[in-house]
Amino acid sequence: MSLNFNVPEFMVERNEDRCIQCEVCVRQCANEVHTYDEEDNKVYADETNCVNCHRCVLMCPTRALSIKKHSLEFRENANWTASAMNEIYKQAQTGGILLSGMGNPKPYPIYWDRMLLNASQVTNPSIDPLREPMETKVILGRKPEKVTFDEDGNMTTKMPPQIELSTPILFSAMSFGSISKNAHASLARAARETGTLYNTGEGGLNKEFYEFGKNTIVQVASGRFGVHKEYLNAGAAIEIKIGQGAKPGIGGHLPGEKVGEEVSATRMIPEGSDAISPAPHHDIYSIEDLRQLIYSLKEATDYKKPVFVKIAAVHNAPAIASGIARAGADVIVMDGYRGGTGAAPTRVRDNVGIPIELALAAVDQRLREEGIRNEVSLLVAGSVRNSADVVKAVALGADAVYIGSAAVIAMGCHMCQKCYTGKCNWGIATQREDLVKRLNPEIVSTRLANLIRAWTHEIKEMLGGMGINAIDSLRGNRLMLRGIGLSEKELEILGINHAGE
Amino acid sequence: MKRVYANETYCVGCKLCEIHCAVAHSESKDIIKAYKKEKIKPMPRIVVEDDMPISFALQCRHCEDAPCIKACITGAMQKGEQTGIVTNEENRCVGCWTCILVCPFGAIVRNEQGKKVAAKCDLCAEIEDTPACVKNCPNEALKYEEEGE
Amino acid sequence: MAYVIIGNAAAAISAVESIRKIDTKKPIILISDEPYHTYSRPLISYYLGDKVTEDTMRYRGENFYKKHNVTTYFGKKVVEIICDKKQVRLEDDTFISYDKLLIATGSKPFVPPMKGLTGKENIHTFLKLEDAVELKQKVKKDMRVVIVGAGLIGLKAAEGLHKLCDDITVVELADSVLSTILDRKAADIVQKHITQEGIKFIFNTTISEIEGETKVEKLTLQDGRVIPCDLLVVAIGVRPNVDIAQTAGIDVNRGIVVDDSMQTNIADIYAAGDVTESLDVASDTRRVLALWPNAYRQGEVAGCSMAGGDAIFDSAFAMNAIGFFGLPMITAGLVNVDETQAEQYEVQLVYDEEEKWIKKFIIKQNQLKGFILISKVDRAGIYTSLIKEGIDIRQLDRALTSDAFGLIAFSKELRAEKMLKGGRI
Ligand SMILES: Cc1cc2nc3c(=O)[nH]c(=O)nc-3n(C[C@H](O)[C@H](O)[C@H](O)COP(=O)(O)OP(=O)(O)OC[C@H]3O[C@@H](n4cnc5c(N)ncnc54)[C@H](O)[C@@H]3O)c2cc1C
Ligand code: SF4
Repeated sequence: MSLNFNVPEFMVERNEDRCIQCEVCVRQCANEVHTYDEEDNKVYADETNCVNCHRCVLMCPTRALSIKKHSLEFRENANWTASAMNEIYKQAQTGGILLSGMGNPKPYPIYWDRMLLNASQVTNPSIDPLREPMETKVILGRKPEKVTFDEDGNMTTKMPPQIELSTPILFSAMSFGSISKNAHASLARAARETGTLYNTGEGGLNKEFYEFGKNTIVQVASGRFGVHKEYLNAGAAIEIKIGQGAKPGIGGHLPGEKVGEEVSATRMIPEGSDAISPAPHHDIYSIEDLRQLIYSLKEATDYKKPVFVKIAAVHNAPAIASGIARAGADVIVMDGYRGGTGAAPTRVRDNVGIPIELALAAVDQRLREEGIRNEVSLLVAGSVRNSADVVKAVALGADAVYIGSAAVIAMGCHMCQKCYTGKCNWGIATQREDLVKRLNPEIVSTRLANLIRAWTHEIKEMLGGMGINAIDSLRGNRLMLRGIGLSEKELEILGINHAGE
Repeated sequence: MKRVYANETYCVGCKLCEIHCAVAHSESKDIIKAYKKEKIKPMPRIVVEDDMPISFALQCRHCEDAPCIKACITGAMQKGEQTGIVTNEENRCVGCWTCILVCPFGAIVRNEQGKKVAAKCDLCAEIEDTPACVKNCPNEALKYEEEGE
Repeated sequence: MAYVIIGNAAAAISAVESIRKIDTKKPIILISDEPYHTYSRPLISYYLGDKVTEDTMRYRGENFYKKHNVTTYFGKKVVEIICDKKQVRLEDDTFISYDKLLIATGSKPFVPPMKGLTGKENIHTFLKLEDAVELKQKVKKDMRVVIVGAGLIGLKAAEGLHKLCDDITVVELADSVLSTILDRKAADIVQKHITQEGIKFIFNTTISEIEGETKVEKLTLQDGRVIPCDLLVVAIGVRPNVDIAQTAGIDVNRGIVVDDSMQTNIADIYAAGDVTESLDVASDTRRVLALWPNAYRQGEVAGCSMAGGDAIFDSAFAMNAIGFFGLPMITAGLVNVDETQAEQYEVQLVYDEEEKWIKKFIIKQNQLKGFILISKVDRAGIYTSLIKEGIDIRQLDRALTSDAFGLIAFSKELRAEKMLKGGRI
């Protein structure tokens, strides 16, 4: 064996005055970092495999543990940073592409943080949401051009299928397979509890979850795993997944080890076989083809379910979005380059796609210009981190947002980015039974519901501050936004003025 | 009566219940002192059986018709008239282990540090209103409730 | 009219508790020829070893009798049961009428006829607190003590006396210790352990003559050896204390014969504890199971039946938890299979003689019939429950001999049924 150049990224610091050798850390680390030495009556750590997930830190009953960045320095070099070099060592060793989990961590600008919200003073009084009604209800789906009524005042316009949400926040697609059944169950329960939707992802839907149908979006992706008529009709809406923000242009690959009995049954593939989603849908090479799929799905569901189409935010997003709207989709979903994932090639994750803020502003603008904004709802995803991001997204033109990373963080994810190893210590991105049982849906669904409730409260506060009493009245209201530290061009694309203007 | 019920589906096998049980029954009731300073090593009265992915915690079921009480040769093992809690009066116990012979759950442990006595779960009745194991289970895999709740 | 109970130990006390669960009113009269508050008989060896006092030996709290509304006659012997008048007669000719009578007279020591037995001081048995009190007074550090019998009581006496005197010899007719509860291998381990503590053993022989004037001086053994002796403890065994029952015309075989509600062949007369015989399900024979837990359970059933409830005493088998000089052992059911029947049984055995541990399991038709555990006795009750419930061990997915044997070996359903219900067993 030749020398392995990889060095640990982290150091485990154990306060020996506090360590009682209870071995909780030993038992809880799926990466086998901690070991107990009986002879020395001491717990030792081999940090090579430490991913800094904090499981041991939080479980340690005496708070004896801390994890630090490894102190090993490389000679300072602004160009050849430690991570740049380590990646080369790894690839030189393995000859493989680098994989990562979760979203793009690079220090690209975060436009949410370069936009500020307005508030009312004197002339347009603000509203106190604790005393006055404040509407956060959102209706997703095509809105007819006009509505007509008969003489008795009954509406004669036939309404297209729509979905009503009690808050503009939905849980984004995370498939059973990439995440555990318990994680899936937590999302489903929380969605039901808070009056919103969760998304099956591309892994099909376990029959046990059919009871959450009213709160479910069923996804149809290029692998068509687990897609059948019953599945399509099981949810409240169908989402065609064309692309994903973390890996635009790339398919998916669920390794055979994760395809156990249940995953195999829901995906309708043999146990132990790799589940490969091709990069494109092999029946979609044009907007016309997409239209065919949209209408096949509508046909299969009696035109009762809105059809979403999800794309990654890429350079020509506006033109694509326009095409999607014209192809008959009810909702367009755009996923920015910070969107999370279970596994993506690192290079793609870190270098492909565009920020969701810019894509959203551009698409909303384009659809308005074309006069078809009312024909679709716009849902955005790709690192919505808090309620202010939600409010800003709505002001930029979104109907609602999807949260993925924020949801998994609420579930306990510590962004160790090792989802693809299948050893998630928090029971989220894993199928290993001993790890999955760490996630108790009873606790975790409450955490998720709490998060949605908390954000919704905050949204109400911010709306009230702006003197607005319904989220609908904020949609596309870019006057409520001001840029800070942005260039002329960025302001132009976002369609907002600079602070002070 | 209220008992501790284990839900093995969500037991993560961390054994924090054992540790906190041991501390709750230690001299100082301080986790670090109990493990590092006390002469009598802290001793849990709950056991986690595990063979991952199966794991569950088990302690005295406080049987209505407790075999250990009937078998106890000294009369040390008793059931609280009001509480229903089965406790061992340690100063009368001689450590003959007849209770271990008859407890169908294997819920009694030998404490042979110092005077031999049978140690068992007392539902932390003298310390807290919620047993330490339940309070410190990180995944709510232990519940303290009336039967059938 | 009253419930009358003869005896004051496990069977008697549990009968009181059991009667009072159903009937809080009717008087209970308890008669015992021992002059003490109820105490734990098995603790008399601990009393010798100063591990308990008369106070802490009490089996129930001081106000037990008062609390349960029991009239006691202590230090009074029942000499006759007059069935047709429903009365018992005490030594002092007091007559006490009963409505329901419980005979819980327990065991008496078995002392075989031996040459030179009578008319000598310093010959003792070891069954009652009185015996222990006397022994404690008499024994001197430099005395040479001989104990006949290497059974439970003999060895317990040896352990108790060990602190009080230096020279103890145990004489046993069989070729090993504890032959009723251990197999040969286990017995060897235990014997070695006890020998290491300084107790001497002489096997395969017994006393043929006790010599001395007014005191024991030396013993001649059957093999011709002569050993000096200043104090003799006869612990050859116990027999059910059936005399008064027998003369009253109650059915007695090895012990008093009772049905499963603990009633004897005579109406309104019940019996429980060491004085009775019961069906041992492990060996499928009727025998006397002179064990505390057994006595308690029988007393409980008897009390309930006497008060009009309907409890039944079902399965019984021998079980013992005992320890000598810090070496614990737990055995239950069948512990030895004789060679003629070897084919019907499967034996699983793991052991380490050096480390002084053994685990042995005897299985018949996939059911556990008995076990011996030495040293590694933890969680033994789970095995006991396998015997009791007749569980098919093919259902278990862990070897009985595994150190990690536990409820985890059961199927999830079985385990849930046991655990989640909690308490209902
Ligand atoms: C040294 C020793 C150690 C033991 N260790 C253990 C052990 O570790 N584990 C275990 O399970 N068992 C042990 N045993 C056995 C256990 O003590 C008996 O099984 C138990 O005492 C039986 O209880 P019982 O109520 O049937 O009768 P007993 O305890 O024998 O009580 C009967 C009572 O009735 C009284 N009595 C008898 N006849 C009359 C009468 N005519 N009138 C009035 N009163 C009468 C007797 O004096 C006695 O007080 C041990 C026994 C001894 C002697
Ligand atoms: S120790 Fe065992 S037998 Fe006694 S009450 Fe608890 S579970 Fe029942």
